[in-house]
Amino acid sequence: MNAVPAPARTMRRLEPAAIAGVMSREVANFRTYWKGTTFSSVLEPLVYLLAFGLGLGATLVDDVEGVPYIQFVGTGMVATAVIFSSALPSMFGTFVKHRFQNTYEAILAAPVDVEELVSAEMLWIAIRSSVYGCVPLIVTFFWGLDPAPGMLLVPLFAFITALGFSGFGITMAAVVAKIDQFNYVTALFITPLFLVAGTFFPISGLPEGVQVIANVNPLHQLVELVRGGAFGFEPWDLARFAFLVAFAFITWRVAINRMQARLID
Amino acid sequence: MAAIELNGVVKSFGPITAVNGLDLDVPEGICLGLLGPNGAGKSTTMRLLTGQAIADEGTLRVLGHELPRQSKEARALMGVVPQLDNLDVDVTVEDNLAVYARLYRVADVGAAVDKALDIARLQDRRKDEVDKLSGGMRRRLLLARGLVHEPRLVLLDEPTVGLDPQIRTELWTLIDQLRSRGTTILMSTHYIEEAERLADEVAVMHQGRIISRGRPADLIAEHAGRQTAEIYAPPDRLAELRAEAESSGLRVRPAGPAIAIVGSERASNGFAVPADAVTRAATLEDVFVLLTGEEAE
Repeated sequence: MNAVPAPARTMRRLEPAAIAGVMSREVANFRTYWKGTTFSSVLEPLVYLLAFGLGLGATLVDDVEGVPYIQFVGTGMVATAVIFSSALPSMFGTFVKHRFQNTYEAILAAPVDVEELVSAEMLWIAIRSSVYGCVPLIVTFFWGLDPAPGMLLVPLFAFITALGFSGFGITMAAVVAKIDQFNYVTALFITPLFLVAGTFFPISGLPEGVQVIANVNPLHQLVELVRGGAFGFEPWDLARFAFLVAFAFITWRVAINRMQARLID
Repeated sequence: MAAIELNGVVKSFGPITAVNGLDLDVPEGICLGLLGPNGAGKSTTMRLLTGQAIADEGTLRVLGHELPRQSKEARALMGVVPQLDNLDVDVTVEDNLAVYARLYRVADVGAAVDKALDIARLQDRRKDEVDKLSGGMRRRLLLARGLVHEPRLVLLDEPTVGLDPQIRTELWTLIDQLRSRGTTILMSTHYIEEAERLADEVAVMHQGRIISRGRPADLIAEHAGRQTAEIYAPPDRLAELRAEAESSGLRVRPAGPAIAIVGSERASNGFAVPADAVTRAATLEDVFVLLTGEEAE
């Protein structure tokens, strides 16, 4: 039998229309649950900010490196808000959509490939996270933090970091066998990264070995970039930004690779 | 003109060979029922056609596009209605459709959504969230979602599995309408009645390959003859009758608590169909059970 002639249109990789289509699904769903997500994404870092910033600031620490402690914590909390609003939703969201809702089976039956699917999911999470990430900074204005032009770059820093952690979360969702294994991911990666990011104390006070680990922690780079935006950049900050871009790129490719293995038999 | 051409397709998952040398041509404009028991390889075949499984051997072409290399182009031209309901339940009916219209690059999303709502007969529920719909409405929406871009080829993967008879009939009406518009349909099913009712041609799939294919009436004539005699009796008596019938060259299959002598009009060689047997016209179910050895649903 003769096959019907193929149409002329050839589809490329990473088509903006495919990415926008997947993101439009996320937006449609987000409209139904944005209140709860926004509430927790805003409240959680605020609780940390107030507990550490006001609690420790009023009792144990006056200032750190010449910065009032609540402002030190407030600028650092941007990173906490970013990891909580990127890695965790990516992990759980991807797992649920793939294993429980069969959403990806439907999307991949359309002219969308795994690379576009993962890219769209990462972009959407990163956009959300870059907004939530700014909340602690804005709140800290009420405790005397002066607005600075460099702060306009904070959403960009948050976006790039969130891309990386979203890629990390999607990768974890692709490799775990059961949802309860996310407990290992949280305990082994997310909590340590969050604690040795320099949010609550400068990492210079840590043992040398831990300082080395902290320096390859993307969250620490974000903390330093946000503080650079608030209190003045240093030449090193360009390298920090490049590090975050590399982190985002690597997790993007790894997430695509792992999801390809998970979704295509 | 073939909408689907599969030649020598093999797909294994570890030690299990789900599709084992599958050859299948689906000409444009027909509804082909892929009929087989659970585990026959129907769903794997569907996944191969949507690029979600990659064949170990063989060639696949869909609407002129070679898979998996041109899978994306092929997917743009086909619609898929999955076995499992994977609608976004918190999202409105129209948003569910609009998202897929965008994924299929439809130019006028609003018009496509309106048309799909007409197909699903859900115009008055367009603003409702999916989890407020009845089971039948959800299945109609799932079907309409697969048609939102007016595809030339539709893959229906067990479209009515697990549904109650009323919803099944509703779905059949919609699929019938699709057939009458000339859309090519490949429908996997393990329901005999569904294949008989909807398919122009039926391909019986067993252990990963097609073991027989043709129009339902031709398959019945070829494999089952004209009539079937069902005999109800105690197990010992049934075993005796079965042995006698088989020794005289007749084909016998289990039929729940009874046995069915298929092609009973050909009884001869000293075997007489008992007078209390229930004689009826041979069916596709007889063919299915004879060919696959599996009880039909």
